Amino acid sequence: MEQWRLIQALGEIVGPRNVLHQPQQLRAYDCDGFTIERRLPRAVVLPGCTDEVARVVRLLAENKIPYIPRGAGTCLSGGVVPRGDEVIIGLSRMRRLLEVDLRNRRATVEAGYVNLRLSQAVEGEGLYFAPDPSSQSACTIGGNVAENSGGPHCLKYGVTTNHVTGVKYVTWDGEILELGGKALDLPGYDLVGLLTGSEGTMGIVTEITVKLLRRPQGVKTVLALFDSVVEASRAVSGIIAAGIVPAALEMMDRTAIMAVERGNFPVGYPEGQEAVLLMEVDGLMAGLEEQAAAMEAICREAGCTAVQTARTDEERARWWNNRKTAFGACGKLAPNYYVQDGVIPRSRLAEVLAEVDDIGKRYGLIIANVFHAGDGNLHPVICYDEKVPGMVEKVVQAGSEILAACVRAGGSISGEHGIGIEKLEDIHLVFGPDDLAVQQAIHDVLDPCDLSNPGKVLPTPGKCAEVKGRAVEPGQVALAQDRRCAHRNGSSGRRYRPRRP
Amino acid sequence: MLSLSQRSLTQIETCVHCGLCLESCPTYRELGVEGDSPRGRIHLIRSLVQGLAEPDEAVLGHLDRCLACRACESACPSGVKYGAIIEEARDALEPRRQRRYWSSAVRRLFFRGVLPRPRRLRRIARTVRLAQRMGLDRLARRMNLLPKPVAALSEVAALPPVFGQDALPERLPAVGEARYRVALLTGCVMDVAFGPTNIATARVLAANGCEVLVPREQTCCGALPLHAGDRAAAAAMARRNIDVFLAAGVDFIIVNAAGCGSTLKEYDVLLAGDPAYAEKARQFVAKVRDVTEFLGEIDLVPPQGRVEADVVYQDACHLAHGQGIRLQPRKVLSQIPGVRLRPVPESDACCGSAGIYNLVQHELSLAVLDRKMEHIAAARPQIIVTANPGCMLQLRLGAKRHGLDVEVLHVVDLLDRAYGGKGAG
Repeated sequence: MEQWRLIQALGEIVGPRNVLHQPQQLRAYDCDGFTIERRLPRAVVLPGCTDEVARVVRLLAENKIPYIPRGAGTCLSGGVVPRGDEVIIGLSRMRRLLEVDLRNRRATVEAGYVNLRLSQAVEGEGLYFAPDPSSQSACTIGGNVAENSGGPHCLKYGVTTNHVTGVKYVTWDGEILELGGKALDLPGYDLVGLLTGSEGTMGIVTEITVKLLRRPQGVKTVLALFDSVVEASRAVSGIIAAGIVPAALEMMDRTAIMAVERGNFPVGYPEGQEAVLLMEVDGLMAGLEEQAAAMEAICREAGCTAVQTARTDEERARWWNNRKTAFGACGKLAPNYYVQDGVIPRSRLAEVLAEVDDIGKRYGLIIANVFHAGDGNLHPVICYDEKVPGMVEKVVQAGSEILAACVRAGGSISGEHGIGIEKLEDIHLVFGPDDLAVQQAIHDVLDPCDLSNPGKVLPTPGKCAEVKGRAVEPGQVALAQDRRCAHRNGSSGRRYRPRRP
Repeated sequence: MLSLSQRSLTQIETCVHCGLCLESCPTYRELGVEGDSPRGRIHLIRSLVQGLAEPDEAVLGHLDRCLACRACESACPSGVKYGAIIEEARDALEPRRQRRYWSSAVRRLFFRGVLPRPRRLRRIARTVRLAQRMGLDRLARRMNLLPKPVAALSEVAALPPVFGQDALPERLPAVGEARYRVALLTGCVMDVAFGPTNIATARVLAANGCEVLVPREQTCCGALPLHAGDRAAAAAMARRNIDVFLAAGVDFIIVNAAGCGSTLKEYDVLLAGDPAYAEKARQFVAKVRDVTEFLGEIDLVPPQGRVEADVVYQDACHLAHGQGIRLQPRKVLSQIPGVRLRPVPESDACCGSAGIYNLVQHELSLAVLDRKMEHIAAARPQIIVTANPGCMLQLRLGAKRHGLDVEVLHVVDLLDRAYGGKGAG
């Protein structure tokens, strides 16, 4: 389809002002929070409702034009970075709160509704939405579903998939389906669960029904400073071993502390701290004091230099603001960052951190560690300057080594940021060809022509190695003519008919 | 290729593209377009600097739609000084624009010929007021002679009979023992459209033990030309003000317009490259205080009168985001007997006034305003207070659009009433 025809047709569906196509302005859409690879999309279309999304998808599917659903673009794994001439379907205009069902404690939102706004909207009712990724002030619930996002409090409350009960969903070829509902479980396969974490590769979720939780009666937040990461890690293990179930258990190392203290939301930590532990327990008031006191005692025993429980809500908010802006504050250390998302068994925190430190030294890179210590979800942030020749390759290499170290320690390559394009190659660290084939087969049922966010999550067989870490020039088609592309070009029928074995 | 100062380039590099600023941006919230977000605009400017993009109409449109409210600066984890980036980029891109001849001529005339000359500005204001009193503005509106944005604002901007500087003595003695010696910036818009507020400011300061000087040779602070991309005109105004106010030998330079205060406090940045003024600018900046900041930090003389009202405080962007002043005005208001301060969601989000934004981006400015007024209406106030003349005009327009029966005042107007002054209204 010629570009001008496409633009016109899209404009007829969503209104011309909601189609962006001037090459210069498309520059703003060439990446997300993962900036190592950048490419221009073919166009950006901003539908205002599910029906418009469906019509746009139908138009694109009929013309075999690949597309990318995009929320706020805070993804850290390149989930919405174009790979070759896709049309970006931006859901940022679909930001309505459609229903709050207080009796059943459910809310239904459009995909572009911002995470934090939901908790703000139901605050007066004493309710909130539990998944709280650090980007929650900007990221969308649609994006949370795509990535199956976590956050500090998922330690106790679970990740996004534990909070989604139903979705409205536009299939790869533009049909609108409603899956799940308000009930916790429905007969048949858990398709809502399958779509949650699919990173937009199986069609587009446009409306989401989520659980609302009652705000806990009380919250106690404890902050402890340590002279060494080893001691802080010992405190983490101690808290879990004592049978305390913290709502959150977060750690930052020296470099991360340096970043946040130079940033916009400093706490005022004393100089020279090697680690900060931020702990929270919540629930019924009865017993909270005791749990906070127990955590304080464990930290002291582990050798902390100072420990304190938040005295006011304002103080607690300040500590959390500081922690939640840690990634962004790394701009104070270097012009670019690359955020890792490795998972390890909690018991091996100290040794993997030492290994990360070692990798940093070997490559001569600054690495800040900000992470969910409670569930062993590491976020080493590699800080670098892309203008230095050869730097990006080095950073990507170091990133892969860190993930390999996590896997060796018995962990995995992604806790909550998704695979995107960032970890396409690293997925071989955790899945063999058979595993990948099964996943591919499931994918192909829901997106047989590989039109919905192609080239993400699952590596293109034999091609992935060439893609990672190489800046691809605009206009150059990255997708090779592989099995799936051939399928895309070859199939003419609109409906997918399952093949018999 | 766009070339910017090292200072701005460093700020651009400090942005790591995390996106936490997006929802703080009124235009992004309204349009949902990445290029109309702070992160998107910085990314576009970076692309222009790197030569990856050209400043075509679409790109300039994204940059033009920025309100420069700087709410993103409050949200940014790394403390990127976005305001400085967009200001300099607009300035550097000005020659690339294909403005219609009359449009650039009007701009030049206004920024260089009118704003720096208070007498001229006042003469124009007198003419406008005369026209308003003769009903000419109503006639013009009815005959559709005025462009839509001008017509909308002219409905709410009835000019008061007295203009600040004219009505204020050059020196107002302190009431009781003199605790401070201060100089008052009377501003350009403030001076002609809100003369009574300037008088109230001087009275409130005097009541709090300030000897108040009103230097006659002062000029506009330069905010309007600066935000619209005429840096040279702004720098000339800055030099003049620095000379005039430093010569006055005061403890503090007090300003009651948030937009002006924010610009005054950044004179050191504006004149960093000028060896003759860099040091003087630093001395000047150290003395500048917003009037609410000043009053919130001294021991306020307790007002004897009462003002019985439900009051909503709207943070002026250049106070909250530009100067980080949020608590002091609320503290002042809470010290006025009878005032019931009602909290409003998004009280620190822009009202859409933003300098001349409501004239040049009328439609979008109204969309931003309507969202604001919905929040305010829900609190059912009798009085809306803020701390900036542009916001006051815009909020009056908003109140009219939404049929709210409210007064829109400056914080010092309310305080002046409580002190027994007539205040403004």
